[in-house]
Amino acid sequence: MPQVTLTVNGTTHTAEVEGRTLLVELLRETLRLTGTHVGCDTSQCGACVVHIDGESVKSCTTLALQANGASVTTIEGLASADGKLHPMQEAFREYHALQCGFCTPGMVMSAIDLVQKNPQGLSEHEIREGLEGNICRCTGYHNIVKAIAAAADVMHGKRAEIAPAMA
Amino acid sequence: MNAIAPFEGIGASVKRKEDLRFLSGRGRYTDDMNRPGQTHAVFLRSPHPHARIDAVDSAAARAMPGVVAIFTGADIKASGIGGLPCGWGVKNKDGTPMAEPAHPVLAHERVRHVGDPVAMVIAETRAQAKDAAEAIMVSYTPLGSVATVTAAVAPGATEVHEGVAANTSFDWHIGDKAITDAAFAGAAHTVSFDLVNNRLVPNAMEPRAAIGEFDPTNDEYTLYTTSQNPHVIRLLMGAFVLNIPESRLRVVAPDVGGGFGSKIFHYAEEAAVTWAAPRVKRPVKWTCDRTEAFISDAHGRDHVSHAELALDKDGKFLGLRVQTLANMGAYLSTFAPAVPTYLYATLLAGCYATPTIYAEVKGVFTNTVAVDAYRGAGRPEATFLIERLVDVAAKATGIDRIELRRRNFIPADAFPYQTPVALEYDSGDYQSTLDMALAASDWAGFEARRSAAAAKGKLRGIGISTYVEACGIAPSHVVGQLGARAGLYEVANIRVHPTGSITVFTGTHSHGQGHETTFAQLIADRMGVPMNQIDVVHGDTSRIPFGMGTYGSRSLAVGGSAMVKAMDKIVLKGRKIAAHLLEASLEDIEFEGGKFRVAGTDREKTLTEISLAAYVPHNYPIDELEPGLEETAFYDPKNFTYPAGAHVCEVEIDPATGQTEVIAFTAVDDVGRVINPMIVEGQVQGGVAQGIGQALLEHAVYDAEGQLLSGSLMDYTMPRADDLPNVAVSHHTTLCTHNPLGVKGCGEVGAIGSPPAVINAVVDALRDYDVTHINMPATPPKLWGIINAARPALAAE
Repeated sequence: MPQVTLTVNGTTHTAEVEGRTLLVELLRETLRLTGTHVGCDTSQCGACVVHIDGESVKSCTTLALQANGASVTTIEGLASADGKLHPMQEAFREYHALQCGFCTPGMVMSAIDLVQKNPQGLSEHEIREGLEGNICRCTGYHNIVKAIAAAADVMHGKRAEIAPAMA
Repeated sequence: MNAIAPFEGIGASVKRKEDLRFLSGRGRYTDDMNRPGQTHAVFLRSPHPHARIDAVDSAAARAMPGVVAIFTGADIKASGIGGLPCGWGVKNKDGTPMAEPAHPVLAHERVRHVGDPVAMVIAETRAQAKDAAEAIMVSYTPLGSVATVTAAVAPGATEVHEGVAANTSFDWHIGDKAITDAAFAGAAHTVSFDLVNNRLVPNAMEPRAAIGEFDPTNDEYTLYTTSQNPHVIRLLMGAFVLNIPESRLRVVAPDVGGGFGSKIFHYAEEAAVTWAAPRVKRPVKWTCDRTEAFISDAHGRDHVSHAELALDKDGKFLGLRVQTLANMGAYLSTFAPAVPTYLYATLLAGCYATPTIYAEVKGVFTNTVAVDAYRGAGRPEATFLIERLVDVAAKATGIDRIELRRRNFIPADAFPYQTPVALEYDSGDYQSTLDMALAASDWAGFEARRSAAAAKGKLRGIGISTYVEACGIAPSHVVGQLGARAGLYEVANIRVHPTGSITVFTGTHSHGQGHETTFAQLIADRMGVPMNQIDVVHGDTSRIPFGMGTYGSRSLAVGGSAMVKAMDKIVLKGRKIAAHLLEASLEDIEFEGGKFRVAGTDREKTLTEISLAAYVPHNYPIDELEPGLEETAFYDPKNFTYPAGAHVCEVEIDPATGQTEVIAFTAVDDVGRVINPMIVEGQVQGGVAQGIGQALLEHAVYDAEGQLLSGSLMDYTMPRADDLPNVAVSHHTTLCTHNPLGVKGCGEVGAIGSPPAVINAVVDALRDYDVTHINMPATPPKLWGIINAARPALAAE
């Protein structure tokens, strides 16, 4: 079987995979990083989104071999070594932007890429359009949109900390 | 209230305890678990809506790499296993029981819907199991099929189950026909319309999964499964399918990624992997693909109805008549018969003092996947019917739709209120929620917004729905009389540990609702213990005494009330211990803020001192009290709870495309006492999103033969972020009168109240087009068709 070597959350791994093995299968089954989820089989729901070399990618539609030599970040790799959450994680908690938690890892990974790609800032409408590739069945997106806006302010240096949600 | 800082008790928007784990990728869902030596199961499913199985040839598949075993319906039947049970029996009008044909775990001799499982392939890897499943040769003889209720009850229709006449499982009714007919005979106005409640696919984001495991050293089975109610699965699967005593069957439902009803039911795959585990002598894991979920998860709704309302000359409702055909799918799922009967027709009074109601409901078999409870379960169907009918009546009589509602509301001083369809509403104030919703949505200013929209070529409309629902399911003696085959109480076990931390074991289950937080708040509020020292445990039959699970917005009203009862017992025992330690009489010991105090003095013992004394009983009333500080309580509700509210939706339709944009949505709900406002708001917003999805986007479409056309997330329109508005949520509270917390439930109100508000807004936007009713979903082609058909007529004016 072919070999794939990739860096995941800062650690380099080499694994034997089948040609048809998906990146999400490598992450979940071989590396046991089960924070990345599979919610569909048609590349619609976005629960599987990870970053490959800083870009958000649906890992259910990426062959493991395509990630050879790449640096992959999953939800497990977002917080800093001292446990401090990424501003997007912090904002999701502050704004109650998750309920069952299943879409959350992919939603957070997509949201980070969306904010990073838009340093000029995002309107609510643009955030909603930017989430086109991620489905949440629990929240109605209302709080996800608010969380992303709040995280963007911190990620772009406009605020030091996540703005508190109104009680 | 007690002195916790910061305030974490009832009414605080405490951030959720469960979030850190979910946000860090440390949740543990069923598919995240692998058991030692595990094998993988894949189900081969019928591609035919209805066919005879002539032969299953799995010889080639068995020889494929990694294949461990292949089982068919014949193997299951040969082992003496029965079918999947239905948990609710409904009686026909003549008192005879419903037709309840067998629901085999794996199809035997006959398949009855696309997706009916025919064989289970078990292999070393999932990929190998899938490869082998493709190599099984099944010879089918296709039979005639029916996909819709109207086709299924037509004369000469193919029988889904041989001998079930007119494919009718039950022909049920409620209310007084003669009195209702008389009300219509004497009415100044009667209005009627036909409506469809569109079939939906629940689509919780986590697909179902199950791992069956057997330990030969003690003959114990374990099933890990994506369930909303593990104890119910243990009961149904153990006692009725596999004949495993509860003592030897553990069911674990760990983190579950959404349910919305679809994970209540006992599914074939759970039974199959548990049955197979001792046969292959290894754990057997199955994880559903999304496309597979579309043809194996129970669907929701799917009613075809005719509704008639009689009014007097002033617009007072005199009577309501309803006929409904409810699609059951090919088999009766766990609670399917209850949904279009006791959860639907009993709600047909809505918020209104309609004196007489008569409803007839037929539960109809079709060659489609089973239909069962989906968020709201019967109540959205009833609410859609009533709230559309009121608007239809307003248009027909010329009475303003708000005024017509006000004239017919059950007055705030009329509670408790006995409806003509069995329910007794305990509390509510419908005028006030309506007033609040009108103010919050600026209903009065709408015409200016309509004009502004018209100036830019858009059709703007506003709609309202004033709903009530019945949840907090349910009083056992009532549901027993109505056909439930289980009690619907709830159980709480509260363990105060020696050093004062607390574990709460609840029979409810959290799959997004935030129970670990809300329940901890309840405990913190009463016991005076910080939330970080309170753990909530759910989802494991080996850790929790018993329970009925989470559905019907019951967890707080029923499960939370059980916790209150258990805390009452803890506090009483603590007072007895404190009376001994403080050398005071029991009557003089008060408990507040985590301290037991002799009333009127500063002599006190903390909860920690008491719990330590209870577990280290050196100085302890050992002759009168057992050591330990742990109590269990069962709570059986006295009545359903009745959340109510008013939802206002404002839409704009682009006449060039028929596309509807939801501009604003305002929800004012009375859910009783609110424990965590942040979580309640999130529940309402999520429910409204599903309601808007039903109204505008979602539809499980079968062709005439029974092939599911909208069978994947590429074909079935799930609401996405840019389909939905912000949802403004507020509350008007009347307390539930019969549970100790005054809570009513908030999980389903959004999905119940919102669909008619959306469609009423769409119909309002099309008021120049002579539209009485639009069935859901109000898709762009549907609306464009209406608009386009009217163009020549409008142009001529």
